[in-house]
Amino acid sequence: MPITYTSGEQVEVYRFGIPITIGVPLLALFLQAFVPLRYPRFAVYIDLPLLVTIFFAMARRNPISGLLTGAVIGLAQDMLGHNPIGIYGIAKTVVGYGASSLGVKLDVENAGARLLVTLGFYFVHSAVYFTVARGMVNMTQTWSWSRGLLAGLANAFLGVILYFVLDKFKQRT
Amino acid sequence: MESVLGRYRNLIILVGVLFLQVLGLAMQVKKNGIDVEKTRLIRIWAVDAVTPFERMLVWVQTSTGNLWHNYFYLRGVRAENRQLKDQIEQMRLQQVRLADDAAQARRLQTLLAFKEQFISRTVAAQVIGSSGSDLSRIIYIDKGENSGIRRDMAVMTADGIVGKVLLAYPSVAQVLLINDQSSGVGALLEKTRLQGVLRGTPNGEVVLERVMSDEQVSAGEPVLTSGGDQIFPKGLPVGIVTKVGSGRDLFLNIKIKPAADLSKLEEVLVLVEKQERQTTEDAVRMRASDILAQRLPSVPDKPAAEAAGAPSGHSGSGAVAVQPKTAVKQPAAAGTKPQGLAGAAKPVASVKPAVTGASTAGVPKPTKTSAGASQTSITLLPEAQKGADMTGVAPIRSQPDASQTNAPSAPPKPATPPPDNPQPPADENKPQ
Repeated sequence: MPITYTSGEQVEVYRFGIPITIGVPLLALFLQAFVPLRYPRFAVYIDLPLLVTIFFAMARRNPISGLLTGAVIGLAQDMLGHNPIGIYGIAKTVVGYGASSLGVKLDVENAGARLLVTLGFYFVHSAVYFTVARGMVNMTQTWSWSRGLLAGLANAFLGVILYFVLDKFKQRT
Repeated sequence: MESVLGRYRNLIILVGVLFLQVLGLAMQVKKNGIDVEKTRLIRIWAVDAVTPFERMLVWVQTSTGNLWHNYFYLRGVRAENRQLKDQIEQMRLQQVRLADDAAQARRLQTLLAFKEQFISRTVAAQVIGSSGSDLSRIIYIDKGENSGIRRDMAVMTADGIVGKVLLAYPSVAQVLLINDQSSGVGALLEKTRLQGVLRGTPNGEVVLERVMSDEQVSAGEPVLTSGGDQIFPKGLPVGIVTKVGSGRDLFLNIKIKPAADLSKLEEVLVLVEKQERQTTEDAVRMRASDILAQRLPSVPDKPAAEAAGAPSGHSGSGAVAVQPKTAVKQPAAAGTKPQGLAGAAKPVASVKPAVTGASTAGVPKPTKTSAGASQTSITLLPEAQKGADMTGVAPIRSQPDASQTNAPSAPPKPATPPPDNPQPPADENKPQ
């Protein structure tokens, strides 16, 4: 599994067109809200906005861009629910910052690295979400390791496929 | 200083963005809980961005499904039709039995000056989206303020309750499901009449809280709304008890399986108008036997002479059925109480215009909602039937129409003589 250290000069930095920058997160939010109507388990195991956040953050390799992308997508996801706005926002801000910082230092272009990175950031996201939800909002939350691991793997595998599709929209800077 | 800022620029911005969000969270969370109404303006942006696509996709899906099911895939429709007709017959008989219970309940309500709630108007809506998170169990429906939907209105299906309206936007509304952990519904157990509070759990299950552990609750017992929350009218189906265990603080831990399938909601009814009125002596009434009489097969008219020669003890009102015009003058017939089904079945064909003319308007008419749910409504008109043991069937259901229904209950008419008078007047069978 070649996770290699590269210098900043060797790492490719990508950008995306405005339609992709707006359309893909919007599509992810839409699917996240619509698919559970037909497949209720989807909302339990899959977090498409998280995968999109990780992808954009890793591809742009700019921490500020990554954290802002995460914040915007997370806040939008909060707005669709009824819980206080900011819980997903904080969690995805951290993930966006972390993924882009990691993207600067590591080569995350191959499938294996992407799988591990996505799995890791899924747990980071869950940890931040639960901490904020329980600590700040006083929401009752339960954590199941088996379900969390299953959801992490499901997101990681789906992420690898999704990143492969989204790679087609990358533009070299 | 500049070098420090430049060096830690990313980290400083991260902390700044996080601080702003934490601040925003702190402003939303108060001691009294979270008020989503305060963030309504912000939420509407996301809702407006996503719901048009959802609405469009649902429309395409529904149209395709309707085209297939209504025009192409009609296999087995005849057999299903036969089966449904049989089912209707059985349900009609069952309805008659229930009418007896309703009549008794109404009499008791009258004695207690009981106030009851009627569902007078519902709006059918289609489910177009969800929050997309298992930590926020809400759905979006395609009707909003423009259709008369407001906050805290009850949402249900034909099977049972679903939730309540949390936020209403102009053309969309957000519905909090009963299995969300912030939801709470007043509920009672149907057999034991024990009251409790229905709550959702973080795992999406539904539990009944606040039932003392020394009470006897068994699995399989139906749960109904108690009306205590001022949102759901009393008596709507909630679900059934699946598991009973000991909980915390001397309370039972009762798990409920919701009557409505909350994971596969497609259409729902929003209760936009309720009426509360007191049961009175003048309440609309109708004998259960007459309801049955209108449904059973007709009895052909007999010759007048034969009817006149019939013994008076043989179901007096049966004689009335055969000869309505002459029988009204027979005191023996008029004074006899109906005797179960024998008395009930007699007036079927010939009496309807003469004796139960007013009540023909009260024949339940099944109405089809857009949700596909067929509901039967009993709208009964007053009828001068004195001496009857079974009187007073109340209108208890709404009449949802295609998208919006307005089914006011029949106003009570003071045409009914006192029920405690066992002897009906001679002209009781005249058309009212």
